[in-house]
Amino acid sequence: MPRTAKKNPVDNIFSLVTAAASFSVIILIIGILYVLVSESSLAIGRFGIWKFLSSTDWDPVKESFGALTNVYGTAFTTLLSLVIAIPVAIGIAIFVTEISPNFLKGPIGAAIELLAAIPSIIYGMWGLFTLSPIMSNHIEPFLKKIFGSVPLVGILFQGTPMGIDILTASVILSIMIIPFTASISRDSFNLTPSVVKESAYAIGATKWEVVKNVVIPYSKLGVFGGIVLSLGRALGETMAVAFVLGNNHRITTSLFDAAATITVTLANEFAEADTDIYLSSLFYLALVLFVMSFITLAIAKFFLLRAEKKYSR
Amino acid sequence: MTREQIRKTEGIIALTLSTLAAFLGLFWLVFILGDVLVHGIKALKLSLFLNDPAPPGVEGGGLRNAFVGQLLITVCATLIGVPVGVLGGTFLAEYARGRRIARLISVLSDIMVSVPSIVIGTFIYAVLVRPIGHFNGWAGAVALSIIMIPVVLRTTEDMLSLVPWTLREAAFALGAPYYKVITQVVYRGAATGILTGILLSIARVAGETAPLLFTSFNNSFFSVDMKQPVASLTVTIFQYAMGPYDNWHAQAWAAAFVITVFILLLTITGRLIIKWRYK
Repeated sequence: MPRTAKKNPVDNIFSLVTAAASFSVIILIIGILYVLVSESSLAIGRFGIWKFLSSTDWDPVKESFGALTNVYGTAFTTLLSLVIAIPVAIGIAIFVTEISPNFLKGPIGAAIELLAAIPSIIYGMWGLFTLSPIMSNHIEPFLKKIFGSVPLVGILFQGTPMGIDILTASVILSIMIIPFTASISRDSFNLTPSVVKESAYAIGATKWEVVKNVVIPYSKLGVFGGIVLSLGRALGETMAVAFVLGNNHRITTSLFDAAATITVTLANEFAEADTDIYLSSLFYLALVLFVMSFITLAIAKFFLLRAEKKYSR
Repeated sequence: MTREQIRKTEGIIALTLSTLAAFLGLFWLVFILGDVLVHGIKALKLSLFLNDPAPPGVEGGGLRNAFVGQLLITVCATLIGVPVGVLGGTFLAEYARGRRIARLISVLSDIMVSVPSIVIGTFIYAVLVRPIGHFNGWAGAVALSIIMIPVVLRTTEDMLSLVPWTLREAAFALGAPYYKVITQVVYRGAATGILTGILLSIARVAGETAPLLFTSFNNSFFSVDMKQPVASLTVTIFQYAMGPYDNWHAQAWAAAFVITVFILLLTITGRLIIKWRYK
């Protein structure tokens, strides 16, 4: 910045205004944290931290609240959706960077990214009216027939498939996060120097071996960052799962059971909470979610920055 | 099989699976959009835009209140979010360029972009709804603007950074103070990019539902009073789709169709502008 710039009074004002605008981000983060902590102080005082996180109670009548069923539901749906989404997303990235003819690369990449532009409420509604009947009538009975009696794995496929359950919610979530993982993976794959790839081809490697042994190892930082970013997005997704998860405050083991995530509980119960401790517990849940997703996203950002540094060298 | 054959087969299987993955992604896109299109067009009537909702269970009625309310909330959110975002981005790219604080705010904004929107809803409920005593339109607009600020801020920062430094030096050499250089030279150079960022950020918040659930809430009557609960398309879709009536479901599909088309058009326009201007 030039020295003379500071001497002009209008310039001083303008620089202060812009500074204030950009500090609003920091103020917002601190403000959100502060408000959530102070709003949940009643519940923090009553239930403590560890007890709240480890209790499976969620009983507005007895005024006894715990986060475990919600955290469990959030973790279960998020991890399951990652398990479904990661192979597909990396497959898409491999297709777009290595297999697809050049004229298709742009359009297919853009089409996949359009998936990220569809509002989450549309995913939720589509899930409720279209996907859920398909799941309960065709896919879930089929899965139950195949895996239901297999020892250990069978636990996941018990109960009556209703379509309003963990599996349906996870499938919808996985569709929503595919574009994030896929586009970051694609960009990371593209940064692999062609010299390295060509030397692998020169010693007789097949295309898949180049991808598996050269491209993926070279770009693993970026891909990993993309996966963690998707994890952070999935943790906080509300509307897409609110339609198809039910709102069931129990620890369930089957994919065909209804469950509750933190976001679904907030969406369904926040406006109706009638006692102070109820509302305060909901704020407490929001605080838990905020901290969880903030840490996840910070980790994702850390890896993506590391990746950026590595590739720009 | 020989070793070579095994390696080749493995390659063919893996590459086929990757191709299938790409088609699976496209399949979902076509499936979802097609479904919204088919159901939405069937329910799309002129009365949807002209009438207010009929009482529950009664046929007919429209969503005029929700269309107007959605527009109102989105416009107000844009009016709050865009100036803050653009000015904030200006600070990062100009006055604080290269400083540690600029990097910190930049990273924090990237995180804020993905923070769960429902958490922002609860925050605004505590700050702007409970003290006032009832749900109100401004609370919804502020909640959306909080989602918007980091998006606009980051794109503005990136776009301003693309303007060559020599251009600023040329203006400095003429004796212009920095604020004039920024507003008259740098902003002009980056105008298309900033505008695109704004378009994309509007597309991002227009489909948000979770932050509106307990801020602007919903209103089954026509109202443009931002101090009262204001209906929005997204919350109405949630309510109608979960409701028991078939004509509610039909109207929810129609609303979903309108909002999807609007957002996809904005997104595609934004993408095309970037491609056309910066490639």
